[in-house]
Amino acid sequence: MKSQFYLTLCFWLFGVLVLLAQNDSTFFKRITSDSSKNQLNLDAVYNRPFLQAGKTPVAVGGYVESKVEYLQTDGVSEGYQFQMQRMTLFVSSSIHRRIKFLSEIEFEEGTKEINIEFASLDLQFNPMFNLRGGILMNPIGAFNQNHDGPKWEFNDRPIAATQMLPATFSNVGMGLWGKYAKKNWIFGYEAYLTNGFDEQIINNTENKTFLPASKLNPDRFEENTNGRPLFTGKIALRNRKFGEIGLSTMQGIYNKFVDDGLILDEKRAVRVWAIDFNTTLPKLNTFINGEWAWVAVNVPETFTQQYGNRQSGGFIDVVQPIVRRKIFGFDNAVVNLACRLEFVDWNIGTFKETGDPIEDKIWAIVPALSFRPSAQTVLRLNYRYHAQTDILGNPAALTGGFQFGLASYF
Amino acid sequence: MGKNFIYLLFTLFCCAILFSTCEKILPPAPAENELLDGPIPGLTGAENARFLKGDIAFNDEIFTPQTGLGPLFVATSCGSCHAGDGKGTPFTTLTRFGQTDHTGNQFLHLGGPQLQHRAVLGVQPEGIPNGATFSRFTPPANTGLGFLDFVTDADIVAMSDPDDNNGDGISGVPNWIYLREYVASRANAIAQSGKHIGRFGKKAATYDLLQQTATAYNQDMGITSNFEPYDSYTGHEIDPEVSNQTIQDVVFYLQTLKVPLPRASENAAVTARKQIFQKIQCAACHRPELKTGYSPIAVLSFKTFQPYTDLLLHDMGAALNDGYTEGSATTAEWRTPPLWGLGLSKNSQGGKYFLLHDGRAKSIEEAILLHGGEAQNSKALYQALSPQEKQQLIQFLESL
Ligand code: HEC
Ligand code: HEC
Repeated sequence: MKSQFYLTLCFWLFGVLVLLAQNDSTFFKRITSDSSKNQLNLDAVYNRPFLQAGKTPVAVGGYVESKVEYLQTDGVSEGYQFQMQRMTLFVSSSIHRRIKFLSEIEFEEGTKEINIEFASLDLQFNPMFNLRGGILMNPIGAFNQNHDGPKWEFNDRPIAATQMLPATFSNVGMGLWGKYAKKNWIFGYEAYLTNGFDEQIINNTENKTFLPASKLNPDRFEENTNGRPLFTGKIALRNRKFGEIGLSTMQGIYNKFVDDGLILDEKRAVRVWAIDFNTTLPKLNTFINGEWAWVAVNVPETFTQQYGNRQSGGFIDVVQPIVRRKIFGFDNAVVNLACRLEFVDWNIGTFKETGDPIEDKIWAIVPALSFRPSAQTVLRLNYRYHAQTDILGNPAALTGGFQFGLASYF
Repeated sequence: MGKNFIYLLFTLFCCAILFSTCEKILPPAPAENELLDGPIPGLTGAENARFLKGDIAFNDEIFTPQTGLGPLFVATSCGSCHAGDGKGTPFTTLTRFGQTDHTGNQFLHLGGPQLQHRAVLGVQPEGIPNGATFSRFTPPANTGLGFLDFVTDADIVAMSDPDDNNGDGISGVPNWIYLREYVASRANAIAQSGKHIGRFGKKAATYDLLQQTATAYNQDMGITSNFEPYDSYTGHEIDPEVSNQTIQDVVFYLQTLKVPLPRASENAAVTARKQIFQKIQCAACHRPELKTGYSPIAVLSFKTFQPYTDLLLHDMGAALNDGYTEGSATTAEWRTPPLWGLGLSKNSQGGKYFLLHDGRAKSIEEAILLHGGEAQNSKALYQALSPQEKQQLIQFLESL
């Protein structure tokens, strides 16, 4: 309750700042994000529009995302649903030219979930050698690093990047990151040790192996369930002409194998690998962005195969700007056509009893039309169609419907 | 400005059209007669609300160690074994062991009657003890159970023919069982030396849906209740992990699940197919029509319905004798399973058939050919049918 009070207070202070900013635009300065191709996904945390007051070292920013949808599954609909998906506030400050702090607080679905997504101090010894410590975002795949709503033409986050990989999975820890650029090439790396997963990844009410279940553990910011750090590492390479490719991994132990010095179980590993890429095609300006990931969890033979020991899935987005001109008085407005294809196999393997494949998969297609009055704001209309097959491979549950939403940095 | 305004109007208009036509261009509901789940039509608003509560507990409530799962268990929710309220598969099949005759289970101290072959992290599951015989039980469909629940004991006894007085070679008997303490006997129950008539489960060893539900929570998921308070792992009486209310809601849900709707309407061809079914004696056990007595749930009261069962035990011969039993049934005796909804079995069995008590029959024909004992005669009549008649019979069964 107390924390909610402080968060609300922060929010109002922020509001007052924004109001002031509007009154005295010489005092406040808008730092727009850098859209040049010098940026990697790992830069996304800092590469956002911020508002800075005079010469103070503190800059603030945030974004908001909301939508209305009408979805129907096998003829049954919940009707029209208006959702405030999330509001996120960030505050960054430069303590020194090479010491920075950034924090990001997210309010999901009203105040149902309030998370500190990011609160880290960065200390630069050398561009290739930065120390980061605090609550940091485990850089698995690209979406986790670059998830701000206004950057996407789709109202929903990709299933593979939110439910198979945990979206905005942040943990307390520390590690190193760095960047190196030469001519057309930029190379980046990140390597962190953090608190990690717990047994909820197989003891959860989703009835499937579900990595994001660990996000429900509020203790993960102060206690590691088994004392073993989770390693997250990523390397990324961008060529200014061809685009960016990233390889990342997370490796850890999820179960409490020992408690108070007593052995409870063997150590059980959770391993994740992901590959991501993005590029903008020359001339056409088509933006292509995709990610694929694999999960391997050591689920005991004596548990139920309902919870799989392997998963894989990913998505690919294609965004095609079709109009770029002044519309409704917005100078640089853009209209995009886009489409997302996504797939997750929640449980790869065969049943011990029959040798038949375990199904449990979902695929979706999401055509979209979006309007960006400015780069920081997007209105998006999606049609969503997805098919979810149960573990036995019975006729899929079909869901379809429309979603209209808006997202903007502020 | 004028042009912009027109654009804007046009876009808004398109959006409005899209959203208002949603219902028409979205994934439609499968035909009513393709689905097993859903309430009996004609429930009151309050009854529908109760049905939904039970539905959620049955299908959506997944147990975890935090909410009481296990430590020994077979599955994590009712719905994982009874997908879409239809039949199950070998993955969801249960094993019970340790009883060979009416004197009861000799392996209760070694984990009997039910094998819990799965366990939570760090715990070793059970195995079948040496010397114990066992049967496998593939989950049946849960449709129309309310109607079966309200068939009167008198009607069941009237269908039985223990001494085969009519000389058709078929001698159905009820399973006479002792009631669990928490189970109340039915109005006008018929009892025989302290035993009552069981009607649920493949051996008909369960008295009513309350007993079925409370034991399923306890034995299938390791969830204790006020009704079944003993933990299957330690044998100790522990705090209830599911409330009485939830159990009663699930019972109500099971009682008010609709009956499967036939997928062929009455016409000359269907009548002809049904005649084959009657002619070769299938209907002597798979009784086409039963009726309910009084029920406090109005839609179940004094109704006739078409389940294709007599709720009685029949000796099915050596092939189906696993050497395991429950209640007063012999090891070769099985309760006639209802055949309604048979054609929809595949929709919950991953596109295949797993028929008979343990799912060993991979087609309807194989199920028929495995009939023996009291059904030997009927099977022989089936085998003597022309290929065309056989096909018609199968078509009839698939349309149920
Ligand atoms: C491990 C899989 C499994 C789980 C979990 C499970 N069941 Fe069952 N269910 C079965 C099997 C197998 C049978 C057949 C048992 C028998 O014949 O004795 C059955 C039988 C039944 C029947 C009797 C149907 C009939 O036609 O006689 C009902 C009712 C039922 N289950 C309800 C439930 C409820 C309610 C739950 C959850 C509390 C549940 N089941 C959980 C496997 C399961
Ligand atoms: C003597 C009684 C009897 C007769 C006669 C009989 N059945 Fe059965 N039937 C049973 C019993 C009992 C079972 C369950 C056996 C088991 O589970 O092992 C059964 C099972 C079945 C099944 C499998 C159902 C399921 O859900 O798994 C089908 C199909 C079937 N019978 C069809 C027929 C047909 C067709 C005929 C006529 C040729 C017939 N039966 C005659 C008693 C009978």
